[in-house]
Amino acid sequence: MANKVAVYRKEHFNAAHRLHNPSLSQDENDRLFGKCNLPNYHGHNYELILKVTGEVDPITGYVMDTKLLSDLVNEHVISKFDHRNLNLDVPAFKQLNPTAENIAIVIFNILRPLLSEQLDLQVRLYETPRNFVEYPAS
Amino acid sequence: MAIFYLTRKEHFNAAHKLFNPAWSSEKNEEVFGKCANENWHGHNFELYVTVKGEPNPDTGFIVDAKLLSSIIKLHVVDILDHRNLNLDVPFMKDKLCSIENLVYGIWNELHPHIPKGVSLHCIKLVETPRIFVEYYGE
Repeated sequence: MANKVAVYRKEHFNAAHRLHNPSLSQDENDRLFGKCNLPNYHGHNYELILKVTGEVDPITGYVMDTKLLSDLVNEHVISKFDHRNLNLDVPAFKQLNPTAENIAIVIFNILRPLLSEQLDLQVRLYETPRNFVEYPAS
Repeated sequence: MAIFYLTRKEHFNAAHKLFNPAWSSEKNEEVFGKCANENWHGHNFELYVTVKGEPNPDTGFIVDAKLLSSIIKLHVVDILDHRNLNLDVPFMKDKLCSIENLVYGIWNELHPHIPKGVSLHCIKLVETPRIFVEYYGE
């Protein structure tokens, strides 16, 4: 009977960041992160795609109201990440390197408790049109 | 003889902010909104450089697109990529870091290096999938 459907919502935010591990030497940071480690930050147009999977509600015909999903993402993620410096302005990255992988995990952990337990969530994050990550990995 | 326009597309990722140092923080925020965030934000910029000319009878092309790409990389992309446009880019020093001013600066950097036989026609700079500027040297 499980007739699961995936619904997707796409959002975007523009942010600055740099990749840096303070427990490593500057030479090690250079070697590992290259120009992504430059001290004055760089930035990206991040594209965020949320995938919510579940059964279609017979009353509404929805897996989830995508307007509600959009409102949740905007309130809890976009308003805190957009036009910010991820390293300096977002508390989750005070001690965590803001790689695309870690940003996706942080976004997942923000949103997961806000959705019904009956629904599965997957986060896909594009850092550039050519680099993107998914969490959880399917 | 027929005239052709050839466009080479490049990209760079950078941080910036819109901020007029002659104004108070309040005035900057009023005019530039979240783009004035003091800790920067960033974008995946896309750069389209269009040159104009007549095909060389020996090659059939107006310019070697690989050569044009190397020139753009050397004089523009290597200077801007993974940098802070306000702090790290000599030709943006003391200028408001709008995409209008940035594309004007890029034009002036590239113009002296355009290969013989073609002229620089247009530079288009895409800041987000929804915002871009074009400059024709006027």
